Amino acid sequence: MPRLITQVGYPLVGAILIVAAWALACWAGNLPTVVLPTPDKVLNAFISRFDLLMSEGWVTLKETLYGFILAVVLGIPMAVAVANSRPLNLMFYPLLIGLQSVPKVALAPIILVWLGTGIESKLAIVWLVAFFPIIVDTTAGLRSTPRELVELAQSLRATPMQIFLKVQFPAALPFVITGAKVAITLAVIGAVIGEFVGSSEGLGYLLLSATSQLDTPLAFAALFALSFMGVFVYLLVELAERLAAPWLPPSSQRH
Amino acid sequence: MQGNGEKRMAFGTIRNVRKVFSADELLSRSKEPVIALDDANFDFEEGQLVALLGPSGCGKTTLLRIVAGLIPKTSGSIVIGGREVVEPLGDYGFVFQSPSLMPWRTVIDNVLFPMEILRHNGKRARARAMELLELVGLSGFLHARPHQLSGGMQQRVALCRALIHQPKLLLMDEPFGALDELTRLEMNDLLLRIRRETGASVLFVTHSISEAIYLSDKVVVFSRRPARVAQEIAIDLPYPRSQQTRFTPAFTRAERIASEALGVLPPNSETEARVH
Repeated sequence: MPRLITQVGYPLVGAILIVAAWALACWAGNLPTVVLPTPDKVLNAFISRFDLLMSEGWVTLKETLYGFILAVVLGIPMAVAVANSRPLNLMFYPLLIGLQSVPKVALAPIILVWLGTGIESKLAIVWLVAFFPIIVDTTAGLRSTPRELVELAQSLRATPMQIFLKVQFPAALPFVITGAKVAITLAVIGAVIGEFVGSSEGLGYLLLSATSQLDTPLAFAALFALSFMGVFVYLLVELAERLAAPWLPPSSQRH
Repeated sequence: MQGNGEKRMAFGTIRNVRKVFSADELLSRSKEPVIALDDANFDFEEGQLVALLGPSGCGKTTLLRIVAGLIPKTSGSIVIGGREVVEPLGDYGFVFQSPSLMPWRTVIDNVLFPMEILRHNGKRARARAMELLELVGLSGFLHARPHQLSGGMQQRVALCRALIHQPKLLLMDEPFGALDELTRLEMNDLLLRIRRETGASVLFVTHSISEAIYLSDKVVVFSRRPARVAQEIAIDLPYPRSQQTRFTPAFTRAERIASEALGVLPPNSETEARVH
């Protein structure tokens, strides 16, 4: 019971306080709905346009997850290559850092020119923002294998493949997961950037079109839908963590 | 114990082993090569427990890793069981100072790790793992995770892991150095019991004089770096030993000789002590 109170009760109280402050600001400032709709109007929009939010949200969710999976599937082998080969590391790691310092929003229009306004361009943008934390954290994890464990395997004449599969990779897994957690939240941002720049569907598109039609309650509803989605995909990664690395203490106990 | 090497080869011979770490190998900023091991010489027989005693950082660990075939020696020769060691021979057990268990494996799967690498991971291996864990008093923790165990328990798991593939030789690098004194005494007795049951030869690195004497048939005392063998001390205390052994005159005498060899006591301190 106390755990339920700390994990559900406290966040709930916090949320209620914020919503109350928001309602108070609307009432005290006498703000027009176009500028800041009251909480109940947003809730109303959320309920009445729920089907629309769900269908647009589904589009954004697909872009986010597919792009994220792409980042994991391509990022981990790249990290393995960079971590285990000094020439590859010297050749590509600086480029990688350089790429990371380019603002992805600035790349989005170019990607759009290359790949069109369909899901392909969104996947590319999501991949670009999400794969960096994955490759960096995975590389760090692969390079920090405890020396004793490698020597233990070597003393048994383990093959390099055995060392990788049974020692190096499992030891790096907590790092991979940390990277994936950062990546999944960035992936949502990437998907919205893609939709902002050029799209005819998705929550980002809905947000833009609602604001241009001065339907601010709907824009806010879309914003909330996005944040719920962000939490949802983050929890998905945490669930994957529990399944893939059951020996790690739950993240709520780690801080 | 020393004279019989002339007729036949001992089980293990370590001859003129020298190790110079080049600046590249050290991965530090120093440009100077470091002589870790100047000249190591000693023999041991099958089933013997030999303690390598010396000050911290004197190169005992380096020697152990060379014996394991993990790092190359600069010169000299090491022959174990008739085979020259130039790479890991694959049939040693290794115990490190830290337990170095795999947090992602349960206790029994940690013990079975060597069998997986050697591809002998069948029912018999599992039965043997359970036997070993029983022997060290951990049969109630087969499916626990390492982080749920105390340091001493983790080191016992590491000991089982080192023994699972029935190695002829056990290499131990200050395995009990990080444990508290009581646990360490318990582990010493456990090691002696395990040695009796497995018959494995053991090279045991330590910087504790009393631990070295309590455990071993022979103590090889190393000088400060660059390490040379300062003295070999045969320990003629009968096995099985118990904590009582620590309080016998023979034990004290051995401690005195080892202390002199290490330079903790001046040479011939016994006669001086008698004079005053």
